Amino acid sequence: MNGVFHLSRRNFIVSLAGSGLVVLFRADPLLSFQEPERIPPRPSYPTDFNAYLRIGADGRTTCFVGKVELGQGSKTALAQLCAEELDVAYDTVDMVMGDTELCPWDMGTFGSLTVRQFGPVLRAAVAEARAVLLQLASEKLQVPVDRLSVKDGIVTDSRNRGASVTYAQLVQGKRIERHLEKVPVKAVSDYTVVGKSVARKDALEKVTGKARYAADMGFPGTLHARIVRPPAHGAKLRDVDTSGAEKIAGARVVRDGDLVAVLHERPDVADQALALVKAQFDVPVAAVNDTTIFDHLIKAAPESRVIAESGNLQEGVKLAASVFDGTYLNSYVSHATVETHSAVAKIEDGKVTVWVSTQAPFIVKTQVAEGAGFAPANVRVITPYVGAGFGGKTGARQAVEAARLAKIVGKPVQVVWDRKEEFFYDTFRPAAVVKIQSGLTSAGKICLWDYKVYCAGDREAKQFYDVPNQRTVSSGGWQGQQPPGLHPFGVGPWRAPSVNTNTFARESHIDVMAAEAGVDPVEFRVSNLSDQRMLRVLKAATDRFGWTPKRAPSGRGVGVACAIYLGTYVATCAEVAVDRATGRVQVKRVVLAQDEGVIVNPEGSRQQIEGGITMGLGYALTEEVRFSGGEVLNRNFDTYEIPRFSWLPKIETVLIENPGVPASGCGEPPIVGMGAVIANAIFDAVGVRFAQLPMTPARIKAALRA
Amino acid sequence: MTRAVSFTLNGKPTQVTVDDERMLLWVLRYDLGLTGTKYGCGEGLCGACTVIVDKEAVRSCSTPVKDVAGKQVLTIEGLSRNGQLHALQQAFLKVNAFQCGYCTAGMVMNAYALLLRKPRPTRAEIVQAMDDNLCRCGSHTRILEAIETAAAATAGGAR
Repeated sequence: MNGVFHLSRRNFIVSLAGSGLVVLFRADPLLSFQEPERIPPRPSYPTDFNAYLRIGADGRTTCFVGKVELGQGSKTALAQLCAEELDVAYDTVDMVMGDTELCPWDMGTFGSLTVRQFGPVLRAAVAEARAVLLQLASEKLQVPVDRLSVKDGIVTDSRNRGASVTYAQLVQGKRIERHLEKVPVKAVSDYTVVGKSVARKDALEKVTGKARYAADMGFPGTLHARIVRPPAHGAKLRDVDTSGAEKIAGARVVRDGDLVAVLHERPDVADQALALVKAQFDVPVAAVNDTTIFDHLIKAAPESRVIAESGNLQEGVKLAASVFDGTYLNSYVSHATVETHSAVAKIEDGKVTVWVSTQAPFIVKTQVAEGAGFAPANVRVITPYVGAGFGGKTGARQAVEAARLAKIVGKPVQVVWDRKEEFFYDTFRPAAVVKIQSGLTSAGKICLWDYKVYCAGDREAKQFYDVPNQRTVSSGGWQGQQPPGLHPFGVGPWRAPSVNTNTFARESHIDVMAAEAGVDPVEFRVSNLSDQRMLRVLKAATDRFGWTPKRAPSGRGVGVACAIYLGTYVATCAEVAVDRATGRVQVKRVVLAQDEGVIVNPEGSRQQIEGGITMGLGYALTEEVRFSGGEVLNRNFDTYEIPRFSWLPKIETVLIENPGVPASGCGEPPIVGMGAVIANAIFDAVGVRFAQLPMTPARIKAALRA
Repeated sequence: MTRAVSFTLNGKPTQVTVDDERMLLWVLRYDLGLTGTKYGCGEGLCGACTVIVDKEAVRSCSTPVKDVAGKQVLTIEGLSRNGQLHALQQAFLKVNAFQCGYCTAGMVMNAYALLLRKPRPTRAEIVQAMDDNLCRCGSHTRILEAIETAAAATAGGAR
């Protein structure tokens, strides 16, 4: 970064008032897509473009965003958008991300919103900056603006190639104090950077080990804290004896209310000291476990809401030649990122700076202020690279813990959760139940769809097939507005929240009807769909797959699933092999077609799709949190199995060109069909329908024996 | 037992005076400041902490420092020479064989040991060698491609 650029909110407001600016653009708040349970009183995106970019005297552009790089490529995609609107070379854009002091406010990096929702905000800001720069150039060169053209940050008079001036010369490292109204953004047809696969901004640091994550921040004198944890959620600390830990040389024991920690300059020695702490807890009697949870959820779920309704269900029943009832279950699943929750807190002059692995630095800032007793102005959260999130790193208990402890011990404190803590405090994707009653006419048309989802959430619960008589009802969700005791531990968003559950249920049930009607599953879908975008992605996927129509079970082990995720259309085809002796499923091939509107970075999109498919194998086949009441029984990767190299199918992706539609999300949609497409392919292989995720070897073996 | 333990780290003679039962991961990260090697699970189950000790890939979270006394230890920081990336690093970069990057050092080091042992591995041999290194972002396909690319580029063996 060049020069010192600092724009606090207060300065921003003053400069707004002083220059009599009007509001130039406004972000769509998209309130319905807020992910965390509690969002602090929200500011909105600043309207001054200076908050987003700074042109240095050396000609490099620094782009400031509150988003973070979790691996999804936001650092690259946002740099592309900035370079595109400003007409500078992509290589000359530097990104500063997720620093609450340097970057403009942002709600958080989740919901596949970075390009879809924040993209337009950034483009508008940069477009305005470009227009102002052109005005400055026009004055400097004494040439009307419409005669000027820009390339790589050089403004040139189109009638006199010799007359030119660079952005750097115009700005001279200063802040731009001029503003314009209603500047249009560049037309998609004029894009030269967006839509191209460019070198990732994070690549070199990540392959050399130089990329820094929160736990890599080291300061002289830092103490590593290990914290006494309860054996189960809901357990209360009764008694603690820390005398053993105190005998370890250099160990420091802190007790602050329920927070009991052992600190040491070396994390492994702190760990040894923690093992010497004798803590006794009152543990509540376990009321539910991973087997009884589904009945419990149906009984305890909050009042349901009708999400969508049309026609008349009784009419649908009358029209039906056959009626189908189905119940679909999925377990709790963990985010299980390889990086655990980490934070380093350092206090100087009453001000705390916390380096945190989080998806939402501005939310964490509020949490640290409230939880560790700092004025918000005295809290700075910096988010270095994050070792993935998938929704699991929106809150940051570890940041509050680090800040509280740093305040008490007067030294920098690092809190890095071990794997057991990571499983214990993870906010799991909720276990969920879906009940469907549907009906088919004698002509094979769906005439009835009565859908009720418990505890997954209503996102994309609504039916997209053509059904004249339908109702969608939802009760509870992942956001956390549920009655106490509904879940025995924390739940929250997990990559494409609620949509993995809803898609598994819907697309499994569609296949149940197709099989019963004796119709090929793709033909069945086509004859019940009029959504042209969906038909197009389905055709793209099946063409690439080489789908040949046959009624299921055909013995071939092929399956299909369709889904919509917040404006992105996905169709997935898969081929599986089922080992009848072991119950193991090998997914051999997956073809996924996606229509995400404008594609910012095709290579980045493909990476996200491959990642979604691979990650999706886990919740489909093995991932399931085992628990007894509030005690989480999975403590490491030996019992919680995530996908490995040997599970890999051959993956083929088809990106649909659809430049007429604004960019929608790309990172979450590809995972949503994986449960259903594998269940459908297993049915096609062995003729047994699995309505519970995950489809573990044990469940498959048991079902094949029955 | 606290004692001086000497070994070669990324080509340089190194000595640490530590409890020699401490795990190499913590000594590398916090005594020696080499943070490229990551903690992921602490039980040798994920591979994020993989480093090379005398040409073998080991899990540094489960390797006591005493076990590396007198040996050659190589971490991700020691892989490039004179500013030149190792063929594996170049290949990971070229095919974007990472997303969040947290498992990357372990993946690269584990692949390094594989190529030392077997300069031109088959796809099946790569899968088998890499199977206990976990990646949550799903970069597996590209990691396999990167290892094949690096094997082809070094044609005859990794350095």
